[in-house]
Amino acid sequence: MAKLTFSIGGIHPADSKLARDCKIETLPLPPKVYVSMFQHLGAMAKPIVAVGDSVKAGQIIAEPGGFISAYVHSPVSGKVTAIGPRKDLAGFNQMHVEIEVQGDEWADGIDLSPDLVTAIPEDKQFILDRIKMCGVVGLGGATFPTHVKLNPPPGKTAECLILNGAECEPFLTSDYRILLERTDEIVVGAAIMQKVLGGCPCVIGIEENKPGAIAAVKASVARLAYPGIRVETLKKRYPQGGEKQLIDAVMHRQVRSGGLPIDVGAVVQNVATSLAVYEAVQKNKPLVTNTLTVTGDVIDPARQHNYLFRIGMPLSYIAEYAGGIPEGTVKIVSGGPMMGKAIANMDAATVKGSSSILYLGDATKRHAATPCISCGRCADACPMGLEPFLLKRLYSAGDVAALEQNAAQDCIECGCCQYSCPAYVPLLDNIRMAKAQVMGVIRARNAKK
Amino acid sequence: MTNTIIWTVAILTVLGLVLSLILFWVARKFRVEEDPRIDEIEKTLPGANCGGCGFAGCRAFADAAVKAGNLDSNYCPVGGNEVMKKVADILGCTVKESAPMVAVVRCNGTCEARPKTNVYQGEMSCKVKAALYGGDTLCIFGCLGCGDCVNACAFGALSMDPATGLPVVDESKCTACGKCAAACPKRIIELRPKGPRGMREYVSCINKDKGPSARKACASACIGCGLCEKTCTHGAVTVADNVAYIDPAKCKLCRECEAVCPTGAIHGVNFPKPLDKDAVKKRIADRKAKAAEAAKAAAAAQEVKKEESNG
Amino acid sequence: MDKLTVSPSPHLHAPASTASIMRDVIIALTPAMVVSILFYGWSEIMVLAVGAVSCVAIEWLIARYLMKRPDLFSGWSALVTGILLSMNLPSTSPWWMIVIGAVVAIGVAKMSFGGLGQNLFNPAITARVFLLISFPVQMTNWSVPDGFIGGVDAVSGATPLGVIKEGLKAGESISEVLSANGMDAHSLLRDIGGSGGEISAQALLAGFIYLLVRKVVKPWIPLSILGTIAIVAAIFHGVDPEHFTGPNFNLMTGGVLLGAFFMATDYVTSPMSNWGGVVFGVGIGLIVMMIRYFGSYPEGMSFAILIMNCFVPLINRAFHQKKYGRA
Repeated sequence: MAKLTFSIGGIHPADSKLARDCKIETLPLPPKVYVSMFQHLGAMAKPIVAVGDSVKAGQIIAEPGGFISAYVHSPVSGKVTAIGPRKDLAGFNQMHVEIEVQGDEWADGIDLSPDLVTAIPEDKQFILDRIKMCGVVGLGGATFPTHVKLNPPPGKTAECLILNGAECEPFLTSDYRILLERTDEIVVGAAIMQKVLGGCPCVIGIEENKPGAIAAVKASVARLAYPGIRVETLKKRYPQGGEKQLIDAVMHRQVRSGGLPIDVGAVVQNVATSLAVYEAVQKNKPLVTNTLTVTGDVIDPARQHNYLFRIGMPLSYIAEYAGGIPEGTVKIVSGGPMMGKAIANMDAATVKGSSSILYLGDATKRHAATPCISCGRCADACPMGLEPFLLKRLYSAGDVAALEQNAAQDCIECGCCQYSCPAYVPLLDNIRMAKAQVMGVIRARNAKK
Repeated sequence: MTNTIIWTVAILTVLGLVLSLILFWVARKFRVEEDPRIDEIEKTLPGANCGGCGFAGCRAFADAAVKAGNLDSNYCPVGGNEVMKKVADILGCTVKESAPMVAVVRCNGTCEARPKTNVYQGEMSCKVKAALYGGDTLCIFGCLGCGDCVNACAFGALSMDPATGLPVVDESKCTACGKCAAACPKRIIELRPKGPRGMREYVSCINKDKGPSARKACASACIGCGLCEKTCTHGAVTVADNVAYIDPAKCKLCRECEAVCPTGAIHGVNFPKPLDKDAVKKRIADRKAKAAEAAKAAAAAQEVKKEESNG
Repeated sequence: MDKLTVSPSPHLHAPASTASIMRDVIIALTPAMVVSILFYGWSEIMVLAVGAVSCVAIEWLIARYLMKRPDLFSGWSALVTGILLSMNLPSTSPWWMIVIGAVVAIGVAKMSFGGLGQNLFNPAITARVFLLISFPVQMTNWSVPDGFIGGVDAVSGATPLGVIKEGLKAGESISEVLSANGMDAHSLLRDIGGSGGEISAQALLAGFIYLLVRKVVKPWIPLSILGTIAIVAAIFHGVDPEHFTGPNFNLMTGGVLLGAFFMATDYVTSPMSNWGGVVFGVGIGLIVMMIRYFGSYPEGMSFAILIMNCFVPLINRAFHQKKYGRA
């Protein structure tokens, strides 16, 4: 079968999936967890507990602060000891609820048994409510509230649900491990989302460098026999897992600039989100755990890990448990090396979307920028077909109108341009600013209308 | 041969005449009537096209001023009162005098006072750095040190001091155009009145964190203790969001706040003599003692009065 | 532990850098350099050495002392310019002429525009053309190959292109020119006197294939140059073989291959997009053939590249990348 891929740009970094053979281990509970109120895209959640309250694992501790927002649950049982600002991994203050762990008691109504539940509820609204009440958000990186995404605006129908198992970022292996170890649950999750979206077909896209996962999912799809689910092999190419690129690869359609995937009939969900949906709908279990990879080019294979963590565990606690910060670490990244955030504060707590603690050595050091030699590699690499060299130049000149004309706002910040620039020009650093500037102008214009 | 030369000269002359006529006609036909005062005002203005007035250059300023017929929304901070008076004369209107301003950097988190907690590697731009994270120190309010303000200054009035890692304003060059203040993503730079003979008092910190964490991040941070507010007899100092602010309109330059500040976050500049902290503190103590005495006396008098009225 | 580094994403970088690309170009030029040394011997070694050393030295001196921006010094790039310049000169070139060429290439064509990446014209070609106009005698003193490998009977004096041009100007037909000089159509392609880089098509091709494999250059510019030359030559030669030379001859002689593979593909002075490259290449091919057929110079590659260099900014404006979701 032909392997699918997107049509413009892209790069081929070494995949470095060093932790691919490490089974998912469950982390023991720390003495304290810090649950951020800002774990999703949109409005901050509002805490509904008070200092001194006793909470159980899975109990709601914060309500959505707006339409695009999400519930937050306590990941542990214990006592709320503080509510207030705490520094996140970038060093910014965010509202956190601090909970002292006491035992491990779960709230009522949560099914913790490992039995697979394959019967899917008939009522769509029931499913959406469950997803919403369990605080499920997209775990592919953007943490967009899932119940909003699964509820297309009136007049638009989903023609295809794409389950994103590309995991195109180097080093990350958490999606691969859950595809291997929690295969059936993910497939049931996909079937649930299909149901919500009105029974559209579902494509599970997995990159070719994960043959084990492809075989496992294919077997599971055949065994569970839900209608309209199929597995597609994707070429190994970054950013295959980008929402727009995946739609292009699987459906051969392109989302118009400024549009949403649903405009071309696509809904893209990450496989980890599918697992969270399964747990929410079939088990009534809120999103309080996720899988995270501890890996990097400075640690030996024996110290690579995939962990099931409770949200709110401090990064430093997980790093300590995994054997401390390895010798030679230059930078620690949360997320993949292409789009992840460098960690400035290891005491920061994990959030719903945490996917890795990545230790990078000297290879991540930036070189001094030299003059652009107009080789055009950035333009060849850009999966959106932009001309990064031009955007950087226009940004330096402060020409916002020309930036908009040259589609700076379409940038998906994948980093392909900067990765491939032989002159080490910090292209994305600048284009990110340019994009923000243009988006501001567009928003102001739309507000006027 | 001679013929050729004559013909050449003739043709060129005729061609020249015809073309000049056409040009003359075009120039008349498409002439744009412009108020001559625009040119006049533009000539009066400094001509730096810095945009400090809010218009896109001196010409735009002049254009707007002539169109409006007054100077209510036009003020050239670079030229100052002197230039504005000339402009007002041209327009035949009056202009409000405004105090000369200067850019003030409100961060004194030097490399020593504010230890680095990580190393920033990326585009050397405060804007990029501010969008990425809280910064390479524990203070998320302070100067990021990449020099966006220096790059924004069209007058060469700003420079980075390599020893402190902070920008320094050259007052003789600063025109208070406000470009640096707008370029700073942390909003550290403020335009303040220059003050009499350049003397002014300001809080060189905008850290809104609570005292202990501000102190932990930076030895010279304003910790919002409120000593300055309590000491000030002119009501010029207010503490809000854990950080003090001195209102230049009310400040009488007594330097008492500067003397009592436990972290040295309050700066006084261009004073003829260095601040003698002990003397000022003694002055404050004396005044307080006097006030206490007076209060006591008043209380006693009150007592007496009460007793009298009772009795 | 040292302090952690924090930077915006991406946190990885591809192995290629400007220096590694320039090194690849030098590696790709090596076969052609070896062949030219074998053909011309010590004199060619001298030309290459003087060209390379003087270009690097002048770049450093200008960056350090004239512009006071040592960071603008890009040694590898200057080295490539030096080698390309040398390969465009006759092996009999006196050393002072090469140094003047280096001053023009680096000083005038490159650094005065602001250094690497800013120049409008290809430095090596600018220098070659400057020398060609300033020192026509030295620049057309094509030596008889007298190198380390014997047994090569070579034409002396002018290049085949020059011989034919002179003959045609005198009103002779091509076959008359050939017989008058004791040549036949085959010896034209075999015994080519010329500048160092113009000797071996195979060596140049090998180098170019290396660049393609390493993904340093894309094939579109050379292909469109060579294709245009072949088509134009085929048409004219087909119509009047006595006055217009054929495609094979035009592809293999003069600086066409060196120019198409190594000079026209210079990143800085060529268009960025693939279609832009095609337009650029077709333009060069057409100009070369116009100069060769109708101009007074026997060879036109350098002029063609320089002329098309002028159009690169325009071509870059006209051809844009295909954007996602904006069809």
